[in-house]
Amino acid sequence: MIAELGLAALWLAAALSVLQLIAGALALRDGSGELASLVRPAAIVQGLLAAFAFVMLLWLFAVTDLSVKLVATNSHSAKPMIFKLAGAWGNHEGSMLLWVTVMALAGGLIALVERRLPERTMFATLAAQAFVGIGFYAFLLLSSNPFERLPEPALEGMGLNPLLQDIGLAFHPPTLYFGYVGLSVAFSFAVGALLTRQVGPAFARAMRPWVLGAWIFLTLGITAGSYWAYYELGWGGWWFWDPVENASLMPWLAATALLHSVSVLAARDALRAWTIMLGVVAFSMSMLGTFLVRSGILTSVHAFAVDPERGTFILFLLGLYIGGALLLFALRAGSVAEGERFSITSREGALVFNNVMLSAILGIVLLGTLYPLLTEVFDVRVSVGPPYFNPAGAIFTIPMLLVMAVGPLLRWRGDRISRIKVPMIVIAAIMLAVLAVVIILGSYGLLADLGLAVAAGLAIASFLPLRGRNLLRVPIATWGMVVAHFGIAVALFGMASESAFSEEKLAAVSVGDNVEIGPWNVSLLATRPVAGPNWTAIEGQLMASYDGGEAILLKPQSRNFWAPPQETTESVLSTRWNGQLYAVIGNEASGGEGAERWQLRLWWKPFVTLIWYGGILVALGGLLALIGRVKGDLKRRYVQSRLAGRKEEGESA
Amino acid sequence: MTNGLKAKHQRLILVVIALVALIGAGLLAAWALRNQANYFYLPGQMIAEPPEVGQAVRLGGMVQQDSIRNMPDGVTVSFIVTDKDSAVVPVRFTGILPDLFVEGSGVVAEGRLAADGTFVADNLLAKHDENYVPRELQEMDQHKADETLVAQGPAT
Repeated sequence: MIAELGLAALWLAAALSVLQLIAGALALRDGSGELASLVRPAAIVQGLLAAFAFVMLLWLFAVTDLSVKLVATNSHSAKPMIFKLAGAWGNHEGSMLLWVTVMALAGGLIALVERRLPERTMFATLAAQAFVGIGFYAFLLLSSNPFERLPEPALEGMGLNPLLQDIGLAFHPPTLYFGYVGLSVAFSFAVGALLTRQVGPAFARAMRPWVLGAWIFLTLGITAGSYWAYYELGWGGWWFWDPVENASLMPWLAATALLHSVSVLAARDALRAWTIMLGVVAFSMSMLGTFLVRSGILTSVHAFAVDPERGTFILFLLGLYIGGALLLFALRAGSVAEGERFSITSREGALVFNNVMLSAILGIVLLGTLYPLLTEVFDVRVSVGPPYFNPAGAIFTIPMLLVMAVGPLLRWRGDRISRIKVPMIVIAAIMLAVLAVVIILGSYGLLADLGLAVAAGLAIASFLPLRGRNLLRVPIATWGMVVAHFGIAVALFGMASESAFSEEKLAAVSVGDNVEIGPWNVSLLATRPVAGPNWTAIEGQLMASYDGGEAILLKPQSRNFWAPPQETTESVLSTRWNGQLYAVIGNEASGGEGAERWQLRLWWKPFVTLIWYGGILVALGGLLALIGRVKGDLKRRYVQSRLAGRKEEGESA
Repeated sequence: MTNGLKAKHQRLILVVIALVALIGAGLLAAWALRNQANYFYLPGQMIAEPPEVGQAVRLGGMVQQDSIRNMPDGVTVSFIVTDKDSAVVPVRFTGILPDLFVEGSGVVAEGRLAADGTFVADNLLAKHDENYVPRELQEMDQHKADETLVAQGPAT
């Protein structure tokens, strides 16, 4: 019954999105058609219905209803409740339902609260949102029904991939989806504004909170995903340039560019066409990411060709929406009036430079991600990894970071380099000094050296916009920029430090043996078997002491899951302010004589945690900017309503 | 008037810079991909046309029966990777072995060829579980495995 309710709600929501599209399109054509009054309510009710369907799916997973195919294939009655719920979106159908739900809720929310834009642009925007929604409803209902029943209930569920039974999973995919799908609103705004040719500061101000919101979620999602891969996979790395990771990085790069260009549009009414273009590109990258992850094409082009239904469906949607939006852009961009002009040495000029660099990095990542798929068609199998992405990305990242250090010091519209000569010299001196120290200490590779130097300069530079200002009167949005830019410097320092100073040790040790790694002394105390609800494990007990200090007990495990059968390594981390000790226990070592030995892999990673603290700071900066902007908008709205009220009073008197 | 001209001029410069940067990124990507892409070899291909010593490549095949040897240090193993034409490449790996790494099953080794003809692996990808299989192993497990085993005679 629950499953049928969910399915019915989903069909109703799909029907409402058709109504929303038709009513919106007619209202757009006639100015105010008879159906115009239905557009906003349709969007709101559609959002509620989709949310209802998602709650029904959560319910099915919570009670482990094994007559539903999705539950039977992805859950197990012995799983802890939090992982039962997380299992609802840890699979193809459930995650697509989550996607559609977030998108419908976002559409409902703009219908509910957005009153600044001309009503025609809103109709166009909501119609575009419905048009995108219909495609995904069709995909869900026709080829990935999450509520499908089994002819006979299964006796027990097939479980969930143990790698995914982790608290990180419970929050990571939904966070990313909020980001991906939040960009659909930016996309719809861009299409709506193109249709009515009303691109200006009001449009930018309406779009900005959505871009900021989506960007915050993407930032948090990527940060969390990186940390999850770091401690869960047990490989010691924090970013693998894996296509699935790239699929989340690409929308972030586009959204970062969009975030900055939309600020230029809101503040200075410049970069009109470019902002629209980025709005289209950002959501296109979200859809491309979904296609890459969900179509099975990453496993193999041939696997995709064997079961092409879903992949072809998403590919068709991708072509329809991206192609359609780009076509509309090509037809309409020329008729969007040119925005305000500016000189190259200005805040706008610096932002344009950073936008171009971000686009270039996006291009590098996109080509590197798609290249293996392309060559596989010609039967040449390659994989593309850090030797490509790191240097090619850095060529554009480093100039971008240099301009990012001074850009916020420039004035809008036009400025002279000589005016910011002093801060520029200070920043350059810091960078060169750090570079010199690092090279003298022992060169750690060009990229790591440059990373440390740029991070130091950028960290100082990010606070320079506050120089000479009363800190209490600095707008919240400006604090947001400062914090986010500082977060980039912090994360960069963590990355460069991890790459430069990490130490690794791999050894077979008997009980009682000592291993020295960096400032740590680690000894194996004992090993013992342990058991969990759906796994058994070998646990190593390590005593680790930092620099001769008090020893702490660490317990890495090598786990065996039995539903489904699989082994995983549970790494342990010991975090200090200046880095992390990372320990993994492997199999019993064979070969050699004497007492039994265990494989132990240890890393000492100085300042590695700064990578994720930096990511959190960046997201926090975004949040401050969002609060500042929304506050500003509310204030403006209040002042306008007061003015209107006073005018009325004056007229009546 | 001059101001307008100047502004237009500067806008043009911006567009040109943007185009140069983006086309540059594309060309750089194309060039770097040709040089830095990590190619996949079967044992037969690696013997016929060996990659340069030290170049990062991947080697995929079946782990030959009775070929796994543990070194005294306890963390290094050597084994032989073979394919259906019985070409063999010796492999050395130092690290924690993937759990489903066993003789007679497929493996993808990431690493580089050493001067003595041994493939030194930094990382081994074996079948992870029944659902996840590295992309090269996917096909190998379906047909190459059968062929390999047929070519080698009945497995013990």
